[in-house]
Amino acid sequence: MDRLNFCMKPALALSLFVAIVVGAAWAQERPYFVTYSHEMEEPGNLEIEVFNAVGKPPAGNRFLGSNIEFEYGATAWWTSEFYLDGQITQHDSTIFTGYRWENRFRPLLREYWINPVIYVEFENTSADKALREVVGHDGRDDFLESNAAARLEKERELELKLILGSNYHGWNISENIIAEKNLASEPWEFGYAVGASRPLKLAASAHSCTFCGQKFQGGVEMYGGLGDRHSFGTRLTSHYLGPLINWAAPNGMTLSFSPQFGLNDYSLPRLYRFGVSYEIDQLFSRFHRGAQ
Amino acid sequence: MIRRLSLTLLLVLAPGAVVFGGADGSWMKNVPARDHEKVSPYHNQGDAIAAGRRIFVDRCSHCHGEDAEGTKKRPPLTSDRVQHQASEGDLHWLLVNGNMRRGMPSWSRLPDQQLWQVISYLKSLRP
Repeated sequence: MDRLNFCMKPALALSLFVAIVVGAAWAQERPYFVTYSHEMEEPGNLEIEVFNAVGKPPAGNRFLGSNIEFEYGATAWWTSEFYLDGQITQHDSTIFTGYRWENRFRPLLREYWINPVIYVEFENTSADKALREVVGHDGRDDFLESNAAARLEKERELELKLILGSNYHGWNISENIIAEKNLASEPWEFGYAVGASRPLKLAASAHSCTFCGQKFQGGVEMYGGLGDRHSFGTRLTSHYLGPLINWAAPNGMTLSFSPQFGLNDYSLPRLYRFGVSYEIDQLFSRFHRGAQ
Repeated sequence: MIRRLSLTLLLVLAPGAVVFGGADGSWMKNVPARDHEKVSPYHNQGDAIAAGRRIFVDRCSHCHGEDAEGTKKRPPLTSDRVQHQASEGDLHWLLVNGNMRRGMPSWSRLPDQQLWQVISYLKSLRP
């Protein structure tokens, strides 16, 4: 609890301060929680996102896994993102579970039918329950350990993703292939995520509106593990599928929600995901202008 | 010695030439003829211009200025190049593909309809 206070509260306070001091951009993101699209953060923009997953393993305690993310568009082809993770488990404790730093690079500088993005992440976590990806033989038994026991296992991991994305007639279709290596000499683990989404209305309204179709995006995503180097495949691991919806609120926030369903006995039966994101346009230019 | 100096200069200047080579609108040379000839389905429609203005303010004005007049680092969109030299199809191609070396992101995330609405607005700025 003390570590959560120490790390997460300053991060939340900083996010609120930045959000209040500087203005927001209207930026409706794709509604995915796990799948990455090929779309990069706009250069100079900072997006602050909070994503949560609520679940309950059978015979286990209900939990809330959270990330706070700071996503910065370094260039039009490079996005960098820093995460702080935490979780709360009912009848157990609230803990800070670690951090991640990821970078996404777009090697092809034009739009094609299929657009690749290279994703590289280093993470240092333990007892993480945010479920931002499923790899290897991840399953619901992982959620039965007490936080005290789970925290003993430090996961310093390198995660690579090949993100493939296409935009066609308003639809976005994204596929992620994941390879993750625990640096403590464990085998490579694999996973996947796929998603499709589109705005409810394609043309924008000429009039100001809050709940019109262009402000909502709907979709579906599916993700799961693919075993490891010694036992590759879709068996003995978990898979999830769920519909997605998000709404671009008028003040620059985007709210997202998804009920997700486990597809086999290794998965949690249900997960409820919700998120809030807030985009600050041209962050450093604003500070520069403010100084003049 | 001179050869080595020339090589060093070439190595130093070449990346700059690549980065700044697009500043004069050279992106237009990359637009395929098929894209160049595309015409906005919303050409000169008042509602589309109004909707395009809204999208522009939300998405583009941070870099290109509230009235597309440009900012310190980003070009104005009221220029002769955008208003007269570039066709609607050229602008659509630029919005879809971006000019990423020069910092212009791809806006393929927006549906085609919204891209054409933005183009209708931009072309309405013609003096």
